[in-house]
Amino acid sequence: MTTAEPAAVDQDAPGAAFDPELPWQRARSVAMRPEPFGALVYHFGNRKLSFLKSKLLVSVVESLEQHPSVHATLEACAVPEAQRPAYVKALADLSRSQMIELRELPA
Amino acid sequence: MTAVLPSRPTVRPDRPVGGRLIDQFEYGLDAPICLTWELTYACNLACVHCLSSSGRRDPRELSTAEAERVIDELQRMQVFYVNVGGGEPTVRPDFWHLLDYAIDHQVGVKFSTNGIKLDKKRAAQLAATDYVDVQLSLDGATAEVNDRVRGTGSFATATRALENLAEAGMKDFKVSVVVTRENVGQLDQFKALTDSFGAQLRITRFRPSGRGADVWDELHPTQAQQRELYNWLLANGDNVLTGDSFFHLSAYGEALPGLNLCGAGRVVCLIDPVGDVYACPFAIHENFLAGNVRDEGGFQRVWQTSDLFQELRSPQTGGACTKCAHFDACRGGCMAAKFFTGLPLDGPDPECVQGYGETALAARDADRTAPKSHIDHSHSGPVRGQPTLLGFPSIPAKLCDESPLAGMQ
Repeated sequence: MTTAEPAAVDQDAPGAAFDPELPWQRARSVAMRPEPFGALVYHFGNRKLSFLKSKLLVSVVESLEQHPSVHATLEACAVPEAQRPAYVKALADLSRSQMIELRELPA
Repeated sequence: MTAVLPSRPTVRPDRPVGGRLIDQFEYGLDAPICLTWELTYACNLACVHCLSSSGRRDPRELSTAEAERVIDELQRMQVFYVNVGGGEPTVRPDFWHLLDYAIDHQVGVKFSTNGIKLDKKRAAQLAATDYVDVQLSLDGATAEVNDRVRGTGSFATATRALENLAEAGMKDFKVSVVVTRENVGQLDQFKALTDSFGAQLRITRFRPSGRGADVWDELHPTQAQQRELYNWLLANGDNVLTGDSFFHLSAYGEALPGLNLCGAGRVVCLIDPVGDVYACPFAIHENFLAGNVRDEGGFQRVWQTSDLFQELRSPQTGGACTKCAHFDACRGGCMAAKFFTGLPLDGPDPECVQGYGETALAARDADRTAPKSHIDHSHSGPVRGQPTLLGFPSIPAKLCDESPLAGMQ
């Protein structure tokens, strides 16, 4: 509970290795509830609960599906350069708890 | 609605941007993270420490249609799961219907039960249902310790239900233990018992709520036991659920895993069987009543706009505890524990590990009695398998449990 902004808080869970070069999306079994500070994220499958601690991180997660990679998403959402490593880490945490998943590219 | 809440700023401060999650939670959420919903005050047992003074059904209980409307609302508010309890929720004839209704509306259910209705058929049904969690209450790792507080035969009922669940292949069901002076030495035994069923252990703090107030002096862990419990949690905390209820122990030094904050009216609340909304499941008292789901605007309006909840959603700024070096660790402890022991809400928790609680308890006015809730659904006469803790003679759970000639010369 002491993770620095903008980290997502979650419990540890094994998941696929996180590659920010690949296309990602909010997992299909995940719902996001807007909150004044960001959002509450809930996974209906593994029943894990996470929190997104900034509204910018919420937009990043929601826009993942429109971009070919995490880097492109951060660029499109105008995440300041200096904060990008923290955002990549937050997204890696979210992939570990299966809140975001790899997206199949159209063949 | 005149709770004497800890002093807070007269002008509500703005929510901080960024920072720790716990600081955000102090300002409340748009919907609860998890909500406790007690479906009925009816119960087949008469546990001495029942937090809701349950026993008899309240005639004003929410109807099936009203309960469905509450579920619809929770779905709209994206409350993703509820903790259902009672009383004994499974004695409501529409319990299984409401369970399915909630799951079909994306509201997951974790329900607490003493196991009375969990026969093999129900266990199989639960094992086949996704998005439901079951929690069996046990307050002793042996029948001897358990039945003294929960009633004769209750250990056997719970373990039979556990067997049925395990046999049906149910996953991740829980054994839920309220930690008392009498069972705190059994934590390893509880863990072993739970493991033997492939279940998960959940332990929570005993509060002086409901009938718990009557036996609190006798049953709450001693200071030495609290230290033992803290050490046990540090060693085993990752493999045991606690509902984050032991945050007052964090003032020993190291923060325990989970949320170290009173979530009342901020991230949690209680809907009682008649639809009354209280700040927390341990605060069934008019001072903590925020509204009713039957009121115009329903639960959402109560959660988002009630005066009481608004008042609870800002950090405490005054009182003895805010000056303590450990305030950031324990945040003054549990509101309900203070209230029902007659302590001021801005002072120490009665079980303050720094010892300030004991001092405060000793300094209470002799003529000031602890507030008692007028909401009491306790059975008016003895029940089968009456607990023996209070020294009343037990009525055998089954007549054949005792020889009819017992006691005769």
